[in-house]
Amino acid sequence: MDTETGLSRRGALRCMTWAGTAMIWTVAGGIPRARLIAEAEAASGGFTFAQISDSHLGFDKPANPHTTDTLAEALNQVKALPEKPAFMIHTGDISHLSKPAQFDTARQLMAGTGLVTYTVPGEHDILEEDGKSYLNRFGKGAKGDGWYSFDASGVHFIGLVNVVNLQGQGLGNLGHEQLEWLEKDVAHRSASTPIVVMAHVPLWMVYPEWGWGTGDGAQALSYLKRFGSVTVLNGHIHQVMQKVEGNVAFHTARSTAFAQPAPGTAKGPGPMTLPAGELRQHLGIAQVSLVSVQAPLAIVDTPLI
Amino acid sequence: MFETDTPTVQGRRALLRACLAGAAMAAIATTVRAVDAPKDATVKIDNFTFAPTPLTIAPGTTVKWVNEDDIPHAIYCQGLGLRSHPMDTNDSFSHRFDQAGVFDYMCSLHPQMRGRIVVQG
Repeated sequence: MDTETGLSRRGALRCMTWAGTAMIWTVAGGIPRARLIAEAEAASGGFTFAQISDSHLGFDKPANPHTTDTLAEALNQVKALPEKPAFMIHTGDISHLSKPAQFDTARQLMAGTGLVTYTVPGEHDILEEDGKSYLNRFGKGAKGDGWYSFDASGVHFIGLVNVVNLQGQGLGNLGHEQLEWLEKDVAHRSASTPIVVMAHVPLWMVYPEWGWGTGDGAQALSYLKRFGSVTVLNGHIHQVMQKVEGNVAFHTARSTAFAQPAPGTAKGPGPMTLPAGELRQHLGIAQVSLVSVQAPLAIVDTPLI
Repeated sequence: MFETDTPTVQGRRALLRACLAGAAMAAIATTVRAVDAPKDATVKIDNFTFAPTPLTIAPGTTVKWVNEDDIPHAIYCQGLGLRSHPMDTNDSFSHRFDQAGVFDYMCSLHPQMRGRIVVQG
């Protein structure tokens, strides 16, 4: 299918494509929703997991003074999914200021779904005690600043930390030690293993002027080049953005807390205070399904209303 | 009664005169100190920018950063090994600059935010 990678159609089918191209965008009542062309097929019987992001518990400014409530609403949405997800991931900024009470409330609410939650830290989660406040609660079994990998349903999941030692221009940073670990982690895996990478700051350059990208993200992706199916799930920018490059599908999730402006449309990337009643259109969850190519993968983003 | 009161009144007047004189001297001294001593300076953080920057100050000036953003920021000056706590909205952080020099700093959470303090004697 992709001449550059030399993959045959059969090969691509075998490794089960995860691609954003299977989604269509519809606008109903002014609310854009990403949907599958064959959503019904996708929703039946496959392996699915849910993604939430950027809950920023503790944030109480006008952009959303009720972040605990909106996180709870998002989690209720996860609980109400017709197919129970295998687990949930949280792509960072669990808390706003890394305070123990903020982490503990988030953990308690997430546990209420009855799902195991895998997390990666955002820059707001490592503000206290050099990140130990986060690691003590969410980093069990993780390496370094909190990176890890695991396997589920034949998919290899990798949780990366790209918010420590942020570099000039504010870009995310993985660092040498983590990159070395990543290279070894995937070195002996079959190219047909679907890979899912989770990290807070987008691994691709969404908008470097606002620090929306990872300086050494390209190096990490070079280790994943040979895999037939790579899905990169990020948060940080509080809005849905997607890109497909070769066999790599990039996707950023909505926040459960507050909206941020589209790149370059405001002076800075700070919280956006929206007219009353519009906030929940910008918050939400994502559901990711692994399916065969006949009813291709995908990520279904759903706003809170 | 009068005889005993009179010296007291006089004493009060003397005390008052002494106090006024002392207060005046103290006021003069304060004025002198205010002229000599560097004024404190404030750097506002708003919309992911520091202002004013660069900021030129005299040695001994205390710079106070005030976060007026809805998102936390933290000051990091590598040259001084200076690192603030994460400042939430309306939080501030102060540092006194005693040595002359040029000090570049940034927000450790958003390193694209850069600022400079110039201390010249």
